[in-house]
Amino acid sequence: MTETLNRPAHPADPPPNVAGAVETIASHLHPVASYDLVDHPIPSGREEVWRFTPIKRLRGSLDGQPSSEHLAWDVDPPAGVTVSEIGTDEAIALGGVAPVDRTAALAVDLSGGATLIDVAADTVLDGPLVVNVSGKSAEQVVWGHVVLRIGAGSQATVVFEHSGSARYTGCTQVIVGDNASLDLASLQLWDDDAVHLAQVGVRIGRDARFRSFQASLGGDVVRLVETAEYDGPGGEVEMLGLYFVDAGQHIEHRLFVDHNQPRTRSKVDYRGALQGQGAHSVWIGDVLIRRQAEGIETYESNRNLVLTDGCRADSVPNLEIETGEIEGAGHASTTGRFDDEQLFYLGSRGIPAEQARRLVVHGFFADLVRRLGVPEIQSRLLAAVETELAATVGLPPAASREVVA
Amino acid sequence: MATLEIRDLHVTVDTEDGAKEILRGVDLTVRSGETHAIMGPNGSGKSTLAYSIAGHPKYTVTSGSVTLDGVDVLAMSVDERARAGLFLAMQYPVEVPGVSVTNFLRTAKTAIDGEAPKLRTWVKDVNASLDKLEMDRSFAQRNVNEGFSGGEKKRHEIVQLELLDPTFAILDETDSGLDIDALKVVSTGVNRFHDRGDKGVLLITHYTRILRYITPDFVHVFVAGRIAEQGGSELAERLEAEGYDRYVKAAAAS
Repeated sequence: MTETLNRPAHPADPPPNVAGAVETIASHLHPVASYDLVDHPIPSGREEVWRFTPIKRLRGSLDGQPSSEHLAWDVDPPAGVTVSEIGTDEAIALGGVAPVDRTAALAVDLSGGATLIDVAADTVLDGPLVVNVSGKSAEQVVWGHVVLRIGAGSQATVVFEHSGSARYTGCTQVIVGDNASLDLASLQLWDDDAVHLAQVGVRIGRDARFRSFQASLGGDVVRLVETAEYDGPGGEVEMLGLYFVDAGQHIEHRLFVDHNQPRTRSKVDYRGALQGQGAHSVWIGDVLIRRQAEGIETYESNRNLVLTDGCRADSVPNLEIETGEIEGAGHASTTGRFDDEQLFYLGSRGIPAEQARRLVVHGFFADLVRRLGVPEIQSRLLAAVETELAATVGLPPAASREVVA
Repeated sequence: MATLEIRDLHVTVDTEDGAKEILRGVDLTVRSGETHAIMGPNGSGKSTLAYSIAGHPKYTVTSGSVTLDGVDVLAMSVDERARAGLFLAMQYPVEVPGVSVTNFLRTAKTAIDGEAPKLRTWVKDVNASLDKLEMDRSFAQRNVNEGFSGGEKKRHEIVQLELLDPTFAILDETDSGLDIDALKVVSTGVNRFHDRGDKGVLLITHYTRILRYITPDFVHVFVAGRIAEQGGSELAERLEAEGYDRYVKAAAAS
């Protein structure tokens, strides 16, 4: 392993406040964050971070063609929240996580400024702040740069709801202040032809709490990169995710939690269902525990339920541990068909096979969705799962296969 | 009156070494109103009999028949068997994550009756049944069998028996792993079911202990995949005194 100081690659990037403590881990798993496009060449598709992605279907989003197209935003900020447009340099100076791949770097470079959603310090929002983001066409690429800043000591729930048709490439930088609490839900309810490539990079302050809920149901290709790193000890991260992949759809979630501070926690629980020919899900869960990250605790889980033949679920948890002085670290990945014993149990109570299967899938997601904590969205998500399930009928029960890494 | 009739039932299970015969010609007739105890040593095939009647996909019936009032049970799917009036209380009830007990019970009741139960009386019925099995009412909101102790799972099986009200109940080692208090509660539940009248009970057990609380009309000794001897409740007392050794040796010698 080689160690060098992690110098910011972009001149406008502020020096990280943990610069002296953070070493660079030589690893193919997580590229170094950088605003400089030189650090993110056009991928061939063989790179570790691109090898699961259908590059051809990104339709030019990697070339960096300029575009002045925008998505329609609908947001009604309550008191204590301001939404404004700021310049790119100003946005970068706020100190969010830099891009870890080419698409996010292009989004920052080509957006022509960023949208800042700023929650003032010591503000407690009564209800969720809902941001409706929609597009009308997947013809033109749309670049987007968003900074979501939660002031120290604040509490907020923010929901991004994506709908319509778009070819959206974005970089969202989330900065959670010390002792603040943010619940961030992102719903991908796109039309069938949408392409959504985005990085959501989160910086978590001292003793702050961050929870995300990603629900990816629509779109042709959805590739979301979520990264989390800590600005001080005591931070807590929970990343939840749900995806339902239909025939021909590619849904990819790549997570990277960087335990760069002591006594930090992270918990990841992603669950997906796949049905139909060519349905492809990818889940990558990388966790790095740096040498100074003593007393941390992390657990990652990804479970996939394969409902029909012809699907492919890639699930890769990775754990890199540089110190043994931790509370705990673990991960699990399972991919399988229906559990015969569950179906038999429900059947033996008179419940017809098809209904039993729907009940099992519903339950598989319901447990997760309940943790979202926004009732209105919970019921809509479960209804959306029901709609997806309605497409699946008469599946033969198959033996379940389980892999625990 | 209803009759569950098992004739010359042969059942195999797939193993790594190929199909292995577990049941080797079972003959048994259970009429509604009767309680039958099937007793036998571990590995004798008692549970296989229960699961084969219920239709578990793991078991293959190679010959023989199971009929309910003359209708072929083996031709039915698992859920059809339940709707025809058969109920299996399982030795290891299965967890169903994310599905609440209340949702599960209502879905099952609706499937069995062919119509949704009336909401007001249904909630009352569920609560009454939980009360009788000495389960806290909060169990209705929990996920099916998830985090339940062994005893709670068994009580939950009897709650289902009471609410779904089948014609025949097959209890597969419902007494295993229960402490004496739980055993009494569960036994009382089974007796209450039986006392509704015209209900058949097939009680599969390894131990004679439960027979202090549930009095069988018939006792069958099950050894090496078939019934080796049958008699009245006095046979259970003899088994308690002598154990299964005699039968196991006889089966090995034959």
